Amino acid sequence: MTYTLFIILLPLISFLVLGLGGKWFSHKTAGWIGTLALAGVTVLSYYAAYEYFFVIGRGADGAFAPLEVMNFCWLPFFDQGLHFDMGIMLDPISVMMLIVISTVSFMVHIYSFGYMKGEKGFQRYFAFLSLFTMSMLGLVVATNIFQMYLFWELVGVSSYLLIGFYYTSPAAIAASKKAFIVTRFADLFFLIGILIYGFYTGSFAFVFDTPEHIANYAQAGFILPLALTLMFIGGAGKSAMFPLHIWLPDAMEGPTPVSALIHAATMVVAGVFQVARLFPLWVTYAQDWMPIIVWVGVFTAFYAAAVACAQTDIKRVLAFSTISQIAFMMVALGVCTEMQTGHEHAGSVGYMASMFHLFTHAMFKACLFLGAGCIIHAVHSNEMNAMGGLRKYMPLTHITFLISCLAISGIPFFSGFSSKDEIITACMAYSPAVGYIMTGIAAMTAFYMFRLYYGIFWGTENKELHAAHHPHETKVMTWPLIILSLITVGVGIYTTLAGFGMFEGYSFGSLISADGQDYRIHFDTSVALTSTIVAIVAIGVATWIFKGERQPIADKLYATFPRLHRWAHKRFYMDEVWQFVTHRIIFACVSKPIAWFDRHVVDGFFNFLAWGTHATSNGIKSLQSGRVQQYAFVYLIGTIVLIAMLLIF
Amino acid sequence: MNFLSLFVLIPLLMLLGLWLAKGVKAVRGVMVVGSSLLLGLAVWLTIDFIAQRAGGNTAEMLYQASFTWFEPLNISYRVGVDGISVSMLLLSAVIVFTGTFVSWKLSPNLKDYFLWFTLLSMGVFGFFISIDMFMMFMFYEIALIPMYLLIGVWGTGHKEYSAMKLTLMLMGGSAFLMLGIFGIFYDAGGNTMNILDIANHTGGASPIEFGRQCIWFPLTFVGFGVLGALFPFHTWSPDGHASAPTAVSMLHAGVLMKLGGYGCFRIAIFLLPEAANELNWIFLILTGISVVYGAMSACVQTDLKYINAYSSVSHCGLVLFGILMLTTTSTTGAVLQMLSHGLMTALFFALIGMIYGRTHTRDVTLMKGLMQIMPFLGVSFVLAGLANLGLPGLSGFVAEMSIFVGSFQNADTFHRVLTIMSTCSIVVAAVYILRMVGRMLYGKCTDEHHLHLTDATWEERLAVICLIACIAGIGCFPSWISNLISDSVAPIIESVKQVGPIVSSCNPFM
Repeated sequence: MTYTLFIILLPLISFLVLGLGGKWFSHKTAGWIGTLALAGVTVLSYYAAYEYFFVIGRGADGAFAPLEVMNFCWLPFFDQGLHFDMGIMLDPISVMMLIVISTVSFMVHIYSFGYMKGEKGFQRYFAFLSLFTMSMLGLVVATNIFQMYLFWELVGVSSYLLIGFYYTSPAAIAASKKAFIVTRFADLFFLIGILIYGFYTGSFAFVFDTPEHIANYAQAGFILPLALTLMFIGGAGKSAMFPLHIWLPDAMEGPTPVSALIHAATMVVAGVFQVARLFPLWVTYAQDWMPIIVWVGVFTAFYAAAVACAQTDIKRVLAFSTISQIAFMMVALGVCTEMQTGHEHAGSVGYMASMFHLFTHAMFKACLFLGAGCIIHAVHSNEMNAMGGLRKYMPLTHITFLISCLAISGIPFFSGFSSKDEIITACMAYSPAVGYIMTGIAAMTAFYMFRLYYGIFWGTENKELHAAHHPHETKVMTWPLIILSLITVGVGIYTTLAGFGMFEGYSFGSLISADGQDYRIHFDTSVALTSTIVAIVAIGVATWIFKGERQPIADKLYATFPRLHRWAHKRFYMDEVWQFVTHRIIFACVSKPIAWFDRHVVDGFFNFLAWGTHATSNGIKSLQSGRVQQYAFVYLIGTIVLIAMLLIF
Repeated sequence: MNFLSLFVLIPLLMLLGLWLAKGVKAVRGVMVVGSSLLLGLAVWLTIDFIAQRAGGNTAEMLYQASFTWFEPLNISYRVGVDGISVSMLLLSAVIVFTGTFVSWKLSPNLKDYFLWFTLLSMGVFGFFISIDMFMMFMFYEIALIPMYLLIGVWGTGHKEYSAMKLTLMLMGGSAFLMLGIFGIFYDAGGNTMNILDIANHTGGASPIEFGRQCIWFPLTFVGFGVLGALFPFHTWSPDGHASAPTAVSMLHAGVLMKLGGYGCFRIAIFLLPEAANELNWIFLILTGISVVYGAMSACVQTDLKYINAYSSVSHCGLVLFGILMLTTTSTTGAVLQMLSHGLMTALFFALIGMIYGRTHTRDVTLMKGLMQIMPFLGVSFVLAGLANLGLPGLSGFVAEMSIFVGSFQNADTFHRVLTIMSTCSIVVAAVYILRMVGRMLYGKCTDEHHLHLTDATWEERLAVICLIACIAGIGCFPSWISNLISDSVAPIIESVKQVGPIVSSCNPFM
């Protein structure tokens, strides 16, 4: 399967061509180069998935074995036999990620033709998209943790470049800087985790062959969990877990298709992917530390959902919803306590649920973001009060947006239902408390998504603005919406029916499960029923409050809880806390004093030395006056003193 | 005639040519021909060296040659190279080549400027090919003196002050160094100045007794460390770089500062292994401080050259840090870092010089939106910045990762804490780089004078592209150069480790 190499090479070539020669291409050519490269990647990815799952198939033990297509030593280290390898490894989750990344990226490329039309820097935009796609694909097929880190940094920088695409806007500059620095800060922990891992296991591979190696160290029981937790912090930074989430809402300053690709569907799930990738290690060596993942996830899911309820910028609502949904995936991984998928609803369902949600979320969230992009393109504003009543002007966007909202809310026959239901089942099996909290957060999700939906397509219509802009849809931009919502519906219907025991066929779990065995999804009726009812009630409440032309209930709620609303709107002042730590403490109390110390104390010392030498020379230079009388006088005094000394002693 | 001597001979001929040359064109011609020859020679040397190693030539130093200069003190002209010197020669040749193009339009007295520039490069090349301590020291001094004139005459700002400060501090370092070198010479028996002979005197063990090593080690390490921007002897660096003309900053930060790291390894560690094991903790603390301290200081600077100078303090601190960790990986990483820092800091200074030449200011707060006005320089600047903060695919990443992985092989708390402390610099680097890039290049240009500035000229583009290609080349395909270096580092580190564990008895933090 050497052709999988081209999955990474094609976007790399397209990046180099567009990056180096972009200005000689017309917008159209540049767009076509990028899109064709991506089309190639998509075809290859689907073919690789087909070959991996259905041609190569299961091994003798009934599981999908990891397949190392290629691996070579990129950078040798010279101690302990460590080396930094690069290669391509296919296993169920990396193949799934190939499908997700290539599909969404391809959709975004097509969509960008319309969205970025006539934009200055069109070629640069496509070059960066290619760079991002290349890095993200390299990340998911990594054969070892260090390769993952390398591409991890590259996706970070592509995200920086794309957020700052409109580099003349101060908000975009600040947002790109913030995104890079916050994730870099998290990556520091990732790196330290890798260093620890490499030293104590003697390898950077995901699965190390020599458990006895680590047994040589007295603290073995502590070391691996520590390394994994540090790596998790890195993942939490990329995946915007509280309190490292602050960069993601600001990242919405980038072009909307970029938000769809990077900040909704692919890059931000890298943290989840990383935990899933290291999952065998977590389960084997760090079970006791996994509640960290669970509770970080639960809190983030709740916090982000609460904030999302009070945002007015539609992209911010979606951003917080993304944070919340990724936290669902994290929780699902955290509550997964074993690898064996033997019996129904075992502790291992979380892994599958997490990956399943990653897949479905990528599709419907990309659809939501691209829909939001259409809307922003039409009304030239991100604010909800500039919208309202758009269903008349943008019917296709409306329908696809609605489908995705239903999916994210967890309504049966839409893809989000099946995956979210599995997550809640996994949580229930782990601890009913977590299960009920997550059900509650799922209800909040349905509520804020329909608040958003009604705010955009129903509610109070901003007639003045609409008259000025004539909102309309662009064909090239609606195609990706249709495709993505078809995937959402198709996957939803199929998995819902499969989950209820229809056609005994494959379900998502057949391909991807914790130990690679065939795992058939069956709904737990009580969980499925509860979550559906809860979602429908939440949607009902949102309809009741936000659907009308006027919204007396909403106004009354804001008036009754002004502080709560303001705090939620201001994201509970987390940005300000970070601002305080970085600017007031690190900048003002560390950097500035150090710079002052350097200029005045350290440098002052050397200047003092120079001054001292100078002053001393000045002081004694009069001894060398050149006047014979003075010399004679000194000579005379000296002689007298010497003679006197001789006489006395 | 040994062909390594060409590295000294070509600059000598260039000096002659420059002296005879009349007119700017002839001067440039001599420089271009000479520096291209040097670059070609360095590339050829690298290829041939790798081929010889692959062919099974395992001699410690290749292409050795010698003849005696001064019988009573056994001073000889002795040359030879190993993987470390080869990579340094390659770096120097690239910097001299690009430096020539960066100084293309310098005025006044282009001819005199290039005379001193060439003399400086001769010193640098001579230093890297020597294996005789005295000769190394002599070339070291040859490289230092021209700096005074280059900054004092062609510099900007407080140039006299900076030139004097830089020269005095480095000369102070040389004084320590000379003491150390003579100490080593006499304690090793007074028979030879040849580094290899001293090191291999009695089958690996050092001929110098332990107590005396502990005197000479700090002297030589500090002596070279001053040039390697060792805290607290780094303060010449911000002032010196800020005042120096562009190509001199390039050569100075790109190559001259590498003399420090190279010398520390070649003399202090190699010849005084027991003392290196015993005393390295002191210098590890100092370099650890350098790394974080330089990065933190860079965060609040507003002058572009100060930012880069402090970032150099941080990166050069990492070089010495890697060397002192005494593992093959970290030392290889340190040499890679020398290469990488040399290239990217040269690129940075070149770009800063080009921007300064247009805007006449280096204050980041006074510039805005330059990306729109000079896209080529802007993009290159961003690339240089990304290399500086260690982006994968560019050289900094490879070097830093080797240093961190190597340092982590020392399993005690003391080394661990220092390693983790120094890894923090990768975050701080991101802060100062993005802050600088964001303020200067992005946004809308509001200054009317800046609106009409032009982008890079052809010779500037040539220099910049050449440097970027080298940075990306090492960053994407690191294993050949890493193997080349480690090949020579490994035996030295082995022999240093043989004489004792690196955990020292006098370290109060253990």
